[in-house]
Amino acid sequence: MQIYLPIAEVSVNAFVLFGIGGLVGILSGMFGVGGGFLMTPMLFFIGIPPAVAVATGANQIVASSVSGVLAHLRRRSVDLPMGMVLLIGGLAGAALGVRIFTLLSRSGQIDLLVTLCYVVFLGAVGGLMFVESLAALRRSKRGAAPKRRKHNWVHSLPGKMKFRVSGLYISVIPPLAVGFLVGMLSAIMGVGGGFIMVPAMIYLLGMPTKVVIGTSLFQIIFVTGFVTVMHATSSQTVDVLLALVLILGGVIGAQIGTVIALRLKAEQLRILLALLVLGVCFRLALDLLIMPEELYSLQIRGVAP
Amino acid sequence: MSSARVFGVIFLLLALIRPAWAEEVVLGLSRSEIPITATFNGSEILVFGAIKREAPLPEGALDVIVTIAGPDAPVQVRRKERRFGIWVNASSVRIGSAPGFYAVASTRALPQILSETEDLRHQISIPLALRTVGASEDAPDVDAFVEALLRIRQEEGTYKILENAVALDEKTLFRTAVFLPPRLSEGDYRTRIFLLRDEAVIDSYETSIDVRKVGLERWLFNLAYERPLVYGIMALVVACLAGWGASAAARAVRG
Repeated sequence: MQIYLPIAEVSVNAFVLFGIGGLVGILSGMFGVGGGFLMTPMLFFIGIPPAVAVATGANQIVASSVSGVLAHLRRRSVDLPMGMVLLIGGLAGAALGVRIFTLLSRSGQIDLLVTLCYVVFLGAVGGLMFVESLAALRRSKRGAAPKRRKHNWVHSLPGKMKFRVSGLYISVIPPLAVGFLVGMLSAIMGVGGGFIMVPAMIYLLGMPTKVVIGTSLFQIIFVTGFVTVMHATSSQTVDVLLALVLILGGVIGAQIGTVIALRLKAEQLRILLALLVLGVCFRLALDLLIMPEELYSLQIRGVAP
Repeated sequence: MSSARVFGVIFLLLALIRPAWAEEVVLGLSRSEIPITATFNGSEILVFGAIKREAPLPEGALDVIVTIAGPDAPVQVRRKERRFGIWVNASSVRIGSAPGFYAVASTRALPQILSETEDLRHQISIPLALRTVGASEDAPDVDAFVEALLRIRQEEGTYKILENAVALDEKTLFRTAVFLPPRLSEGDYRTRIFLLRDEAVIDSYETSIDVRKVGLERWLFNLAYERPLVYGIMALVVACLAGWGASAAARAVRG
């Protein structure tokens, strides 16, 4: 069944969209990542204009995160004060990101920036996570207790605040900075930013893995919501019809994902996520390195006058 | 100069001019409006008509060309080059205006039935539909960029050369079908029919096909462009409700 998207101005197969939404939803429920890093490239691939894919991706992530965070709120695995601090940084970052996005779309370099961002961030994060979780898996097999986290430079910064749910007493500066970076990436790449935020919360802030997913989902809802409205008002690139089909697939997938996540161990979950992140990174790097079949490309929207 | 010879020249001139008013195009379209609905998946347009004559059939081959052109828009054509080991957009050319859709259907191959001067005068073939004059350029080979534009658009089916696609019966009735792809933008699609004899246009007819979004598509599109803030907030509310609804539904299913 074909469906015509009013803002993207293309006609696509509704079942393909539904399937993409579902797949991303499963990941979202399992890992607490928005799944945007997978969604945006897939939307490019089926012929959605990049600007529309990024803005609509943000809109879809709002829905899947709401769905996911409700499940976490019931399990009390959301650190609300931490979420608020991350959010303040996130909104500032998103505002800057939308500006950068608009400027770079005009000069034709947005695709390159988006791809480079993906390759660099996914490569670094995926690699680190893979090595770390492999070590953790080996430790747990040997039955040794995991090492207690040492105090690092993060703990010597001013402006300390108590985060009861996470059992932390740290400065608000690192979470603000993490939120800012993630907000910016959210606007530029059309992602929730969970793939950066989740590891940053675990390794940099030292939050317990259990509350990380719920808290990141909480922050993602508001940042992607903000990004959606910003893109809608600055470049009219949010396609509600496209978002709705992706959401339908996504919310169903997210529920399946949450159930799967409960049956797997945290280490196994992280290894799976690491492999997935590395896979997407590799695929995108190939696109940059291999000579494209068509060297030329056309741009109709956002042509500088 | 003898009067007989002058008479002969006038007669010859008359003979040359005569077809211009002796043969006329009468046109029909299968539809003059194309509504873009939520299930729009491209549309086929049937262009048909007759050639009206007030004099006996003149000598020579008769040909028909049908063109359909979508709304014009500026296009930025970019070319990738290898820089620091990766492929990046390095140079670009701005084409002043290019139709979003262009189809040329004809009874025979264009070069056989249309002279270059007539093509220039009536702007029939695809390259003439582009306005490349004053193309802002930071690349010396503008032609390569224009060729790329034509190639990409032909591959995606928005520029079409349909040779031998116009059927001409009894030298009077003609018809052709042109498929408009799903990737279509709104606007007036200028439709022209040319009647040709001896590589020259002897009559033409012009009309337009109205391609418009309707219903939900129309409403969403207008809202997005006219009241973007309301549209953005609506998108958010829809997303939140869908997320909450799914969560509630899943809980109900699991008990």
